[in-house]
This record gives sequence, C-alpha cells and structure tokens, in this order.
Amino acid sequence: MLQRTDSATDSLVVEGTRIDLIERGKGRPVLFLHAENGIEPAAAAIEALAKSAHVVAPTHPGFGRSDVPRGMHTVDDLSYFYLDLLDQLDVRDVTLVGVAFGAWIAAEIAVKSTARLHRLIMANAVGIKLGDRETRDIADIFALTEPEYLEIAYCDPNAGRRDYKSLPPAEVVAAARAREATARFAWSPYFHNPQLKSRLHRVRIPTLFLWGAHDRMVDEAYGRAYCAMIPGAHFETIARAGHFPHQEQPEIFAKRVLAFMDGK
Amino acid sequence: MRVYQFSEQPYYPTWNDHSGSLRVILPNRKCDPRVAADLFHRYYDEYQACDDIGLDIMLNEHHQSATCMSSAVVVGLSVLARATKKARLLVLGYPIGHRPDPLRVAEELATVDVISRGRLDMGFIKGIPYEIAASNRNPVELMERFWEAHDFILKAMTTHDGTFNWEGEYFHYRQVNIWPRPWQEPHPPVWSTTGSTTQARVLGERGYVMATLGTGYGTRKIYDAYRKSYLAKFGRAPTADRFAYLGLVAVAKDKEEARKRGHLIAGYLRTSSIVHLPFRNPPGYLPAEDNARLMRGETPPRSFTKDGRGINMHAATVEDLIAAGILFCGTPDEIYAQIVDFCDHCGGMGNLLMMGHGGELTHAQTIDNLTLFASDVLPRLKAYRQPDAEAAAAVVAA
Repeated sequence: MLQRTDSATDSLVVEGTRIDLIERGKGRPVLFLHAENGIEPAAAAIEALAKSAHVVAPTHPGFGRSDVPRGMHTVDDLSYFYLDLLDQLDVRDVTLVGVAFGAWIAAEIAVKSTARLHRLIMANAVGIKLGDRETRDIADIFALTEPEYLEIAYCDPNAGRRDYKSLPPAEVVAAARAREATARFAWSPYFHNPQLKSRLHRVRIPTLFLWGAHDRMVDEAYGRAYCAMIPGAHFETIARAGHFPHQEQPEIFAKRVLAFMDGK
Repeated sequence: MRVYQFSEQPYYPTWNDHSGSLRVILPNRKCDPRVAADLFHRYYDEYQACDDIGLDIMLNEHHQSATCMSSAVVVGLSVLARATKKARLLVLGYPIGHRPDPLRVAEELATVDVISRGRLDMGFIKGIPYEIAASNRNPVELMERFWEAHDFILKAMTTHDGTFNWEGEYFHYRQVNIWPRPWQEPHPPVWSTTGSTTQARVLGERGYVMATLGTGYGTRKIYDAYRKSYLAKFGRAPTADRFAYLGLVAVAKDKEEARKRGHLIAGYLRTSSIVHLPFRNPPGYLPAEDNARLMRGETPPRSFTKDGRGINMHAATVEDLIAAGILFCGTPDEIYAQIVDFCDHCGGMGNLLMMGHGGELTHAQTIDNLTLFASDVLPRLKAYRQPDAEAAAAVVAA
C-alpha cells in the first residue's frame, strides 16, 4: 500500500498529493498527527508507540518534504485530506493521536466522521477560541524571539533547542517549512477555527486529553475547557512536559496513549 | 531622466527613545499629534516646493512606525493631487497583497489620477516583512494574493462598458464598475520594486517600471534579469525609463556641508532596520530554502561597492555609502558624476528616486538640498544620454 521511495521514509500519494509517511510496528492501528514543530521531534514517541502498535505517522502537507496543493489553506482542508488517507489505507478501529496542531487536525477529523476511529487522543490541543476578543488563548508565537518561545513551549527549553548550523541541510529546510506551514494553516484566525467549538459534541468516541503541565503557550485551563466540550472525554496531565509532551516525555506519552487505546 | 523626490516622512523625535523597535510595537503614546501635524505640514510644503522646481514626487507607506508617518498613503496622494500642478505623483507603493479590498484600491487610485489630471504613477509592492504584523495578512501566498489584486485592479480600471464579475481565489465581487475611471489610458503606469532577480524576471515579462533600493553596484544583475525576460517577451530591449533606483541624495555648494547632510539623511538607513527581531522575517515571507540559509547563519550582503565589496547599509559610513552608490553626495558636479557613473554601470536607469530628505535633515537644509539639485544637477541629468538600451540587452542575451 505504501510506496517506498528511499530507505528512511515511505511516501504516499493521496488524491494527487504526495506526502512523507512513517510506518512502524505491528498491532492495532494508530494514526499519529504531528505537532506544528514537525515530524522529526516526534521520532522517539513514534518509536515508543511502535513497540505495541502499528503506527502510521504522516508528515502533514506543507511540512517536511510533503507537498501542499494550491488552495489548501485550512485545517478543515487537512481534515478532509486525512479522511481520504484513512479511506485509501482502508483501515478501521484506528486510534487517532494528535499533538498540539496535530490535535486540532484530529478534532476536525473526528467532528466529521468517526467511522474508521476507535479512540481519539488529543495532547495540548489547539483549535478553538475561548476568551473574549481581546484576550489571547494562545501565545502569539510569531511575535516571540526563539528563546522566549522555547521558554513558554517547553518544560525544559533545552529540549526544544536545535543547532541549525550542525543539522543536516534537509532538516533545516524541514524546520523552515514547518514554520511556514504552521503560518499557512494557523495564521488567522490564529490557531483556531471559529466553527469547531460548536461541532465538538459530534465526537462520540472515547476521547482522552493529555496535557503537558508546563505548557505556557496554551494553558491547562484551556485544555480542560476544550475537553469538557467533548462528551465523556477524560483529561490527564503529563508532568515535566510543556506544549510537546510527546517530545519531552515520549515513553510516558506512549504509555498513556497505549493504555487508553487498550481501554485501561 | 526623471527625478522623484521622496521622504519617508519620519517621526524622528522618538528615534533615541525606543526599546529596540521603532516599528510595530513602539507605543504611539510617544507620538505627539501636535508635533506630527507640524511635521506633516512641513513635509507637504517640501513636496509642494518640488512641484515648483521641476522635481516629481514619490510617496510611500509603512505601518506602526516612527520611521514613516505615512501609514495611509492615499491621504498624502490626495493632498498633493490637489496642491500640486505639474509633478508626477508616484506611489511606491500600495501593498496590495495586504489590502482586504482591492476594489477600494482601484477607486482610490483612479480618483487620485483624475484629480491630478493624469499625473499618477501606480506602484504595487509586496511590502517589507514588518508590515505583516500590522495587516495580519498571511505571509504565506502573499504574492499569489498580490497578483490577484493586481489583476483585479487593472481589470477594474480598464472595464468601461458596465459591470464585471470576479470570483477569484482571494477576492469576490459580482458587480464591479468603478467611478470615476482613471484619467490615463489604459490605466496609470504600473511600477513595482524588487531586490531579487527572480522577481525582476517577472516584472520584465510585464514591462513594468522596476525600482530597486539599497542594491548599489549590485543593481546591474537585477536590471539584467529584467532585460533578459523583457527582451524575450517583447523582442526589443527595455529602455532606461523601465528602470528606477532609490538613492539618497545630499548636495551642497561645499563638500563638507554635503557630507554633513549625507550623514543626516542616512539616519533613515540607520533606523529603518531597528525592529523587534520576530517581526523581521515572518514565516512564509521568504521561501523556505532562503529561510534555511538564514537559520544556518548565512546572511550574504545585499549592497555592493563598485569593486564588489559588500557593505551593511544600515551601519555604513558616508564614504562607504557613496562608494556603494547608495548615497549620492557632494557638490553638484560630484553628484552629477556619481549618478551618471551609476547609470552607465547599470546599462541605463531612467528614474532616480531621490531621497532628498531623510532623518533629521532640517526643513531649511531640505529646501536647499532640493533647490540646489533642481537648479544645478537636474538640467544636466535631463540632458544626459542614457547608455544604448539595445547594447545593454545584447550583452544579457549573449
């Protein structure tokens, strides 16, 4: 089903759009949707999940080396793209896992169709607007310096620091594309879809919110309010992690995901 | 050669009173409206003086900035369309990729063209990175949006037999029929700016007037990219009037006074990049490959002296700015020689966008700068014979 293009990563063409895709492990299917910082920082979490599950981890259109078709501007577009991908892979009982921006995509998928889904797990999710029009729910990361951003996005800012001068050039381009693609989809309205909140009641599969407790880009109160809008959803925090708990605590993250997938 | 006088209309009284950013986030409490009013009237007086002494006029806009108070350039255009009689009015430009409503742009510009009786030159620009924060326009696909706005504006200006429909990727209208229509046929001349050879090729294919800023003796490369695509498209060489260059100009009877003025005008360069870091390069404004190079710490100079030495125009000395063709500075004879040398080097340049006021240059100094230029340099530049356009293009074609 997947078309191998090189030794490191598979690729897949969905309705004419080619994306990179990692496929690892055996077991029940997990579709992992990466955060706004790209697929590379998710490597350890993907490996941890793959010990007990069949993980499919695409690189979103516009991120990494994945194409982005002209006219694809919104997370709504991305959600239809992934519904097409699920149809194409013809998988069922999928545990859908998204982190941060990826959790927003996951929510947009789940409000449209849960026909192929078994469980939904959203970590440090963005995607809705809670505060009044003059109150930011989500820090304006594009107005921050890199040290300021690392300080609010991570429990340990060193976890997010990358030395671009020593990274392989392709990885630096991927980081630049991640920033650009995040702006493409989340610039305005900023990291949310005004319509999403009123649709969340449609998510009728078991749902777990995970929350890196040190996230100061978007705080726990936001996560709890978001969680309360999905019928029956549970909320758990992950200690010593910020906005990207899969990156700062990959083993714990994977353990929580797998436990929820298995109904524990 | 045409010469357009240009000032950024700065609010310089705050230039030493900021916390690392003269743009975007500098609180407007630091702007005293009474001082701003005096400055605006002074700047408009200087522009009106240009009308009397044979200089054309260029206006621009920036947003949320003490470096440039002209945040809604249509206001300045409107004032000057009525208050001047002869000067061409170049707006360079309208950041049309940022505007929510290109119909309004077409109406504003057509009205200015009519009131000025056909003196508008219509510059459409991408806008510098710092404008993104003010417009909140998505920097990704800014240029796609720009070109759709451009197509729409020209269609609105050239459709005269009733309404038309527009359901594009970014803009939607169903009954478009602007009143008034522009004075100039088929529409005011289109200008644009760039610093890249890629965009120069695009502008060459359209035959628009292309301006560069701060490119110094690296300008030729950009002009040649334009020449190549113009030649391929139109089968002839672009004449010098297709090229424009923004240079700082400080002229005085004696050399020392000119240097002093040059230093003051270059205050524009020293302040223009004082911007809080995150606003300097919004995501998607540059291609990812270019951003990756910046992330790796590769920041090649963009201003070059005649002998190929890169300089940082934001920190350079007056002498280096002169060597790089960014500042034309000296007595009338020296200035004339510098400008002509630059034109020859570029293979022809027919529109000097002259920053004859900048920074803290006083009103009296500015008026003296402009009048001396108009009396002792401009006539010679008008008589100057540009390099042969076909010869310049033939070099590129070969």
